Amino acid sequence: MTLLIKKHTKPGIKEIFESGTFLVSGEIGPPKGTDIDEMIEHIDLLKDKVHAMNITDNQSSVMRYPSLGTALIIKEHGGEPNLQVTCRDRNRMAIEADLLFAYTRGIRSVLCLTGDSIPVGDHKEAKAVFDLESVQLLQLISGMEAGKDTGGNELGGGVEFYKGAIVTPEAHPIEPQMIKFEKKIEAGAQWFQTQAVYDMENFKRFMEAARKINDKVKICAGLVLLTSMGAIRYMNANVPGVFVPDNLVEEMKEAPKGEALNTGIRILARQIRQCIDEKLCDGVHIMAIGKEGAVPKILEEAGVDITKM
Amino acid sequence: MIITTSKPFEEVLQELEGEDKVFIVGCGLCSTTCETGGEDQVAEMKAKLEAEGKTVTGTTVYDEVCHELNTKRKFRENKEAVGAADSFLVMTCGAGIQSVREATEQAVHPANNTVFLGNILRQGQFTEKCSLCGDCVLEDFGAICPVTRCHKGILNGPCGGTDEGKCETDKEKDCGWTLIYNQLDKMGKLDRFRKIYGLKNWQASMKPGKVIFEKKGEGGE
Ligand code: SF4
Ligand code: SF4
Repeated sequence: MTLLIKKHTKPGIKEIFESGTFLVSGEIGPPKGTDIDEMIEHIDLLKDKVHAMNITDNQSSVMRYPSLGTALIIKEHGGEPNLQVTCRDRNRMAIEADLLFAYTRGIRSVLCLTGDSIPVGDHKEAKAVFDLESVQLLQLISGMEAGKDTGGNELGGGVEFYKGAIVTPEAHPIEPQMIKFEKKIEAGAQWFQTQAVYDMENFKRFMEAARKINDKVKICAGLVLLTSMGAIRYMNANVPGVFVPDNLVEEMKEAPKGEALNTGIRILARQIRQCIDEKLCDGVHIMAIGKEGAVPKILEEAGVDITKM
Repeated sequence: MIITTSKPFEEVLQELEGEDKVFIVGCGLCSTTCETGGEDQVAEMKAKLEAEGKTVTGTTVYDEVCHELNTKRKFRENKEAVGAADSFLVMTCGAGIQSVREATEQAVHPANNTVFLGNILRQGQFTEKCSLCGDCVLEDFGAICPVTRCHKGILNGPCGGTDEGKCETDKEKDCGWTLIYNQLDKMGKLDRFRKIYGLKNWQASMKPGKVIFEKKGEGGE
């Protein structure tokens, strides 16, 4: 089979884990519109600072430049993309077709999500798809890897992806989350990124429970950069599955004028350090949400340099 | 029961623009319960239209406007008033409105929005628990429907947006998946939740739905 791309120059997420390296990934949130210069700047800024970059897929149900297109741009620029695929906007056929394309263009890892609901986004009257959800999406990919689409038809050339999924350590109640986590592994998930974690004690408890269920899958803590009190209020009210705890809210509140972002950077750097020093998990996923420019500073404060890991 | 809500009166007036002789149809079942097309609402509509200068040639309220043969019969019975009308305002669900469509060549207008197949909680309070998917999976989920009571209709457990038993779309709405989890837990049947549910057949009830039963002797038409 011909892969229509240049040879890989970077190790993929799978190889990073296999070499025992602590994974550091970042995130690219594509823009609304065709002015992609800033996004490309972010890609160039991050590509050698992190092992891989997630590309969000119409995140929070807000229509944007597509994740698959952005994944290709990341490759063109020499970065390693982690393609997020949600089930909100595409049915099984559209997802399968996208995955065929992604594979032929050298995309090696896919993060499987159900997707946020339509009413939280900016196309409130759109028809939601949800033909399938995250567990079934993992199964769909596993099936394509075995050579068949979900219609039961043979593929002329299959796919192979490193299959990632999401778990929410701060879900209330947590029990159904943990069962779903187990189901995702059974459906083929090889690694996980968590939804935003803020409460590190809770995260430790979650990791203990997760390791008991399966001690082989790789788990990366999802860490969100707090940028301002306004952003915190917005996240608490609007971002599903995200709850910023009081102690961090206090720390942000106490930040002197103009220092909110730096305080957020310090908090995040501290969380990364804790994950590494206490060997809490297999990696971190940094979500800077629009402040990608701050990522090098966060990593520097945390004393993390992927070229030396 | 089919739940309907009334369209704003201004919208109804717009629909009837240029048509002065109106016949009003209401339904004795669902629209009566929803208070969107029972005797009282039909009388009220008649008065409001007349106040706007329309002539109401007649009104009728009967059970099962959705029954097409029934509707044709009712129209024959009201021949004169029906014949005098240049349009029909139907205060029923969408099925009833289209049943009237089959019974007349004249203009037919909806007075209601049809919103869902609903359960009656108490008078004036309705909730959706089944969305007619055609391949009922209630057996596997403790008789709580994930297709309908989870906003996303997903089959393998709650999404990441659920919080304290509420749905990410609306803090006033229960998360269907939390209800299912609690029910299965109570029944000691969490193994059903642990089982991966494969892709659902969304074409089990292919639109437009059609069912023709074999004649069963007595009672069959
Ligand atoms: S599974 Fe389908 S038929 Fe059964 S209650 Fe739910 S929507 Fe209705
Ligand atoms: S919060 Fe619960 S009901 Fe709402 S979409 Fe998620 S799983 Fe479904």
